[in-house]
Amino acid sequence: MDFFLELFVNGLLTGVLYALIALGLVLIYKASSVLNLAVGEMALLASFVVALAANFGAPSWLAILAGVVVMVAFGYFVERLAFRPLIGQPVISLIMATVGIALFLRGIYFILSNKWPVYLVDLGLPVDSLNLGPVSLLSSSVVGGLVALLLFGLVGYIYARTRTGLALRAVSDNQTVALSLGISIDHLWAVVWIGAGLVALVSGIVWGQRIGVQFGIAILGLKGLPVVFLGGLDSMVGALLAGIFIGVAENVVAGYLDPLIGGGTKEFLPFFIMLIALWVRPYGFFGREIIERV
Amino acid sequence: MAILEARDVHIAFGGVQALQGVDLTLNEGEILAVIGPNGAGKTTLMNCISGWYKPDKGRILLEGRDITGLPADKVAAAGIGRTFQNTAIFHGLTVLENIMVGAHLWMRSNFLSCMLYWNLAQKEEIEVREFAEEIIDFLEIEHIRRTPAGALPMGLRRRVELGRALAMRPKVLLLDEPMAGLNVEEKEDMARFVLDVNEEWGLPVILIEHDMGVVMDISDRVMVLDYGRKIAEGTPDEVRQNPKVINAYLGVQSEAV
Amino acid sequence: MIYRETGVHHTTYRTDMALFRVPLARWSVAGLLVVAVVIPFFATDYWFSAILIPFLTFTIATLGLNLMTGYAGQVSLGHAAFIAVGGYTATILLIYDIPFLAAVVLGGLMAALVGLVFGIPSARIKGLYLAMATLAAQFVLPWAISRVVPLVVPTGLAVAGGDTVYPPRPNLFGLEIDSLFERYFVSLAILVVMTVFAMNLVRTRVGRAWVAIRDHDVAAKILGVNITHYKLLAFAIGSFYAGVSGALMVFFYYGVAHVGEFNLDLSLKLLGAIIIGGLGSIIGSFFGTAFIILLPIFLNISLTFLGNAAGFQVSSGIIAGIENIVFGALVVVLLIVEPLGLAKFWQNVKDYFRLWPFSY
Repeated sequence: MDFFLELFVNGLLTGVLYALIALGLVLIYKASSVLNLAVGEMALLASFVVALAANFGAPSWLAILAGVVVMVAFGYFVERLAFRPLIGQPVISLIMATVGIALFLRGIYFILSNKWPVYLVDLGLPVDSLNLGPVSLLSSSVVGGLVALLLFGLVGYIYARTRTGLALRAVSDNQTVALSLGISIDHLWAVVWIGAGLVALVSGIVWGQRIGVQFGIAILGLKGLPVVFLGGLDSMVGALLAGIFIGVAENVVAGYLDPLIGGGTKEFLPFFIMLIALWVRPYGFFGREIIERV
Repeated sequence: MAILEARDVHIAFGGVQALQGVDLTLNEGEILAVIGPNGAGKTTLMNCISGWYKPDKGRILLEGRDITGLPADKVAAAGIGRTFQNTAIFHGLTVLENIMVGAHLWMRSNFLSCMLYWNLAQKEEIEVREFAEEIIDFLEIEHIRRTPAGALPMGLRRRVELGRALAMRPKVLLLDEPMAGLNVEEKEDMARFVLDVNEEWGLPVILIEHDMGVVMDISDRVMVLDYGRKIAEGTPDEVRQNPKVINAYLGVQSEAV
Repeated sequence: MIYRETGVHHTTYRTDMALFRVPLARWSVAGLLVVAVVIPFFATDYWFSAILIPFLTFTIATLGLNLMTGYAGQVSLGHAAFIAVGGYTATILLIYDIPFLAAVVLGGLMAALVGLVFGIPSARIKGLYLAMATLAAQFVLPWAISRVVPLVVPTGLAVAGGDTVYPPRPNLFGLEIDSLFERYFVSLAILVVMTVFAMNLVRTRVGRAWVAIRDHDVAAKILGVNITHYKLLAFAIGSFYAGVSGALMVFFYYGVAHVGEFNLDLSLKLLGAIIIGGLGSIIGSFFGTAFIILLPIFLNISLTFLGNAAGFQVSSGIIAGIENIVFGALVVVLLIVEPLGLAKFWQNVKDYFRLWPFSY
């Protein structure tokens, strides 16, 4: 039972971080119907920048600031150079453009990490284990989980209470109508891309602390996809719940199954769950089903 | 003799009662115009007939055969061809190919024979091509047969769509606002095509149209929908005199009548 | 190069509907084939193993992806997984003494079957939801392969945890296919056949139905096209091409079935190739494949040269990085300026010369 509990709680913490990646996806999807396949590479870039700055001796706050500057600039330029010219193109072109961006970011990471290899985001957080009854946890994971939850709250607040949030909700409901009411889509797309960049920054820092700054972060980004599909692409609550579900499921199942089949469960299980979900409930558990008119 | 019948069709979307017990009868060889204000349920009725929506209640009969609730491709196979209010041509195909898609239904070659372009497939492709060329001739669009349909202006798109529906060799043709967005000259052409289709090919037509001049000129009978109900039916002249129609459709206050 | 239609008059639909309508098109294709046959007599080993053989085998994969994604509009992010299925199936069959051609075809059929299974959600979902089902294939299939393969491959033939398998030397009607020269011609023959099949598919009933579904699925259905049937067919045929190319890649290019080669990177690269080459274009598949194969070679040579000239060593990591940057940027740029890819540029050239020397 203790074993199960440990797997469960650790899965919970991982799950919150998956949900964080998913949050970045949902932000962009809601505003532009684009599924951002570069989400992992964005987190990778962010964690690399922060780690590099810290490596050069910058204090934590400065390193994070450097990350913020890079991600804001990235979000702005991606919108300006890639997505604004693509307004009105079929959605599938937009998604393929994110594949192009992912490859582009990978290239940048390869070159920079070739020049300055860095391995860990070190912001001086405690690295000791926390013992809660029978369960022992890395304190950095706990901090990461809490930060993620905080970010969820923040984004939720912005959506529900601010003017920009209102505009974002309007756009996600009906782009054309929103446009005709004087809401600037360009501006909003820039906002969500910058927002997604900042969310990627947080995921990048948290993951960079957990597994080190390495290409694996880009692959982890893909785990946000099963999460958003389970939760529904336009639902933040769905992203949170589905993230936690997938985190717990993969950790618990892997804990029992890996010794039997020799590992690899964590890599495939989320996608297997997604596949089943697509078969039985194609539009997720919280998403909106699209009704087509002729 | 009725070729197509809709009996007591009901459909609701959420709380909106889009159709509330509509009856429709299309006789062999006639042009039936369906008119009504925006949102009256005309297109919804077409969608019910062509199998895109499944009516909540009521039945659709084609030549006495019940086709209610069949999927749209089966309804097409049963013999209902249609065009769309917002043209729905295939942008990436040429005009010729668009029309040949219309013939998809009655072609028999499967993917293996298509892959080999052997015997049946080749014979059939050529046969369909000949048929498609007849339609192209008829619609006077020879000069654009190899143009990608996405590059065409609205007037020609509507013609291609008509040609595509004709290539289905349907028993009944549904035309959903075939003249919307056309200029006067193009409208005259289209009206002529509709009449020709009806007279030369003997095809019964249901026509949704807003241009009252066209409706009155070419239709044999007119049916008027308002708020999902049929409020009048009859010859163009009868309908024109009907006070209910004048009230609902032409927006004249009833006191004035 | 003059693609003239002037003076070419077809008097029957049969000739007007031939694969190549204009004599010059026929001549250029014949010329290309001659070149393809002559090249190997001048090629070095490096040409064979770095350019020619990968080009022939990968083009079959991009053709399949283009049928599925470019024509039928079913985006696949898991093409490499279907390639892996074909490659492993053919390898295992060859181990069990199935003749070469049968092994290749059965590898393709196995991939088609698996592709069908992953295409099932296409009956209800489309666009990016469906793309996700194929992404799932990219993660689930290699996992399944690395679990299943060790069970069916006789011990001793598999190495590295059991999922790396060396195929025995294939032979065609008793002749061993061994030298680069022989591998080249076998691959070329299969590619030519697969290309003709693809061209026939897209110009007939099936291809029209695919494009109809891609462009306007509602209208296609109302015209009587059974959408589910044709979407699944696209999955099956696209995956069949992937499987055949996988078998050839394993036999003739990699020389080994190694599941790590068939990763998400390859899937994205193939997708990029058809975007760059031209979605919905057969010749675009050729352009795109040539591009993804030649780009790294070109960068390698030119950057090493520049590096030497400037007096420093350019590491392979940097070159890989620049390759990714160029590739990614080009995908985005082409999506913006020319969504129809290199094939459209080719079309423009042809159109220019169509009425040459009079441009009216």
